Amino acid sequence: MQTYDLEADGLRGLNAALQSQTGDTNQTSWEIVNPKGSHAIAVGLDAPIEVNVKGSTGYYCAGMNKLATVNVHGSAGPGVAENMMSGIVTIEGDASQYAGATGHGGTLVIKGNASSRCGISIKGIDIIVHGNVGHMSAFMAQSGNLVVCGDAGDAFGDSIYEARLFVKGSVKSLGADCVEKEMRDEHIELLRDLLERGGCDAKPEEFKRYGSARQLYNFKVDNAY
Amino acid sequence: MRTEGNTGVKTRNENGPPKTAPIQSATFSNSINAEIRRAAATGLYDIRGGGAKRRVPQFDDLLFLGASVSRYPLEGYRERCDTNVTLGTRYAKKPIVLDIPITIAGMSFGALSGPAKEALGRGASAAGTSTTTGDGGMTPEERGHSEKLVYQYLPSRYGMNPDDLRKADAIEIVVGQGAKPGGGGMLLGQKISDRVAEMRNLPTGIDQRSACRHPDWTGPDDLEIKILELREIMAWEKPIYVKVGGTRPYYDTALAVKAGADVVVLDGMQGGTAATQDVFIEHVGLPTLACIRPAVQALQDLGVHREVQLVVSGGIRTGADVAKAMALGADAVAIGTAALIALGDNDPKWEEEYQKLGTTTGAYDDWHEGQDPAGITTQDPVLQARLNPIEAGQRLRNYLNVMTLEAQTIARACGHNHLHNLEPEDLCALTMEAAAMARVPLAGTDWWPGKSGTGF
Repeated sequence: MQTYDLEADGLRGLNAALQSQTGDTNQTSWEIVNPKGSHAIAVGLDAPIEVNVKGSTGYYCAGMNKLATVNVHGSAGPGVAENMMSGIVTIEGDASQYAGATGHGGTLVIKGNASSRCGISIKGIDIIVHGNVGHMSAFMAQSGNLVVCGDAGDAFGDSIYEARLFVKGSVKSLGADCVEKEMRDEHIELLRDLLERGGCDAKPEEFKRYGSARQLYNFKVDNAY
Repeated sequence: MRTEGNTGVKTRNENGPPKTAPIQSATFSNSINAEIRRAAATGLYDIRGGGAKRRVPQFDDLLFLGASVSRYPLEGYRERCDTNVTLGTRYAKKPIVLDIPITIAGMSFGALSGPAKEALGRGASAAGTSTTTGDGGMTPEERGHSEKLVYQYLPSRYGMNPDDLRKADAIEIVVGQGAKPGGGGMLLGQKISDRVAEMRNLPTGIDQRSACRHPDWTGPDDLEIKILELREIMAWEKPIYVKVGGTRPYYDTALAVKAGADVVVLDGMQGGTAATQDVFIEHVGLPTLACIRPAVQALQDLGVHREVQLVVSGGIRTGADVAKAMALGADAVAIGTAALIALGDNDPKWEEEYQKLGTTTGAYDDWHEGQDPAGITTQDPVLQARLNPIEAGQRLRNYLNVMTLEAQTIARACGHNHLHNLEPEDLCALTMEAAAMARVPLAGTDWWPGKSGTGF
């Protein structure tokens, strides 16, 4: 295992080391100590390595991640795993705003709560939140899945496209064009897999599904606000 | 001729007092009235492409003061006058080196056809300059045909991915654009073909409205961290531009610099868009001429003029415009609409088809409808086949060369051996408005409105 002291050796050296790993690297396991809330930790990774961050992170931890597994043993600042393409990012604590924003693929697991705009504009990522999500979560979400084991805040799924949203608890309010949808067998199966991948012991039958009413897809008089 | 009854008495027109001539209202003009009727009939605002069409103070309102006794000129064809520019010298390990200071502005695949994007890449590469992607991501064709490609980082993040990011020669974080500062893009269903839909991860045929604000940062302090993240992903190699629409150019430029930009791209209201509300295009933003001096002032106040490069766009058409923008302090300019016209947009040879679309050569702006007779702003396979990307690319290269030669002609006449040596002292203004905005003297005087030390 490689250990990197972020406080002592700096951000550029860390990301350069992690980004230089290729698919056949032998240095598959990394531990980052003293993260101290630094921004842009482990961004732009492109290899199947495992990175354990021993503490809390600032903005954009694991941004644009591909293939790598990143575990934050603390809480994550805004935009964790933003625009992730593949791989797995797990936050042991809470996540701040815009967690998983615009993510195209991979899995983001948040063991605590997520703040506002979790899953904003997602394009294929799967996000599993053990706790609650804040207001405007899944805003303009295009595709992928957002699972919320707790409650969702105001304007959930506003202006949503084709992403699927699953909530076990309450939804404070639904955003424009977001509606509750029928949970069919296929959704139960999908959710069962997502919960398993997220390490949640909740039962898929306990969730409600939300998605787009598809009423904003084309310009009409009533949509032109 | 009206007669009264059948008495044969002539109308009053001939025997009575003269009638007033019909007078059209300047306020309720025929075009305004037509828009009121259109709005009343449809209940929807008007959407169109292009930039502001209204007359605003602009580069034509400035003139150069050629050299004479007090300054001496350079020989037009013999003496050297360089045109190269390097963008991204502040932080990037690999700045962009261009032969000419005229770049191609961001235009998306989706808004433009594949052949049009290819033609832009071919023409720009042949002329030694860069092209820019748009909302919707980078296509392999575009990357392949553009020697230097700037990858836009937009609020929608359609098609954004780290592989393309690493393939790009520079990143342009788009905060806004001159046609619609404060607004997001639109791409209507007619142009959301299967390929466009796949690139943007959207259902085919929907009316797409892009976000106006970035999803994971708000404000200059966040932007600084976002720039840090992008630099870390790209190993600090590629320049990072920040593009803003011209509204508060002094502060927006200063904040972009503070956030760590290598290059500030400033787009005035004449700058085009693929589609947005007409009310947005015509009523929001500043004329390009009004943007440059405040932005340059901000760079000078921060001590980074020429270290952080300024690229100005919005209504650049000729080498004179290029020279004037650079004399006011820009390091380079970008063209969008002009490049499309060079490719063949609004060409008179399509007049019959423009008439069928209810418009005419020069006025065609319903780019969002995807019916462009020239095959440029469309995803229709039949229409886009009309544009030969090789020939269109040659036209763009020729046009870029002409603009460069024109700018050199002016620079030599003013006695400068590099376009960057043009300065505000080379200029005068024809109108009070242009004098005030460009902060150069009204022609024949040494005064402009707002000049310090004067009473006005």
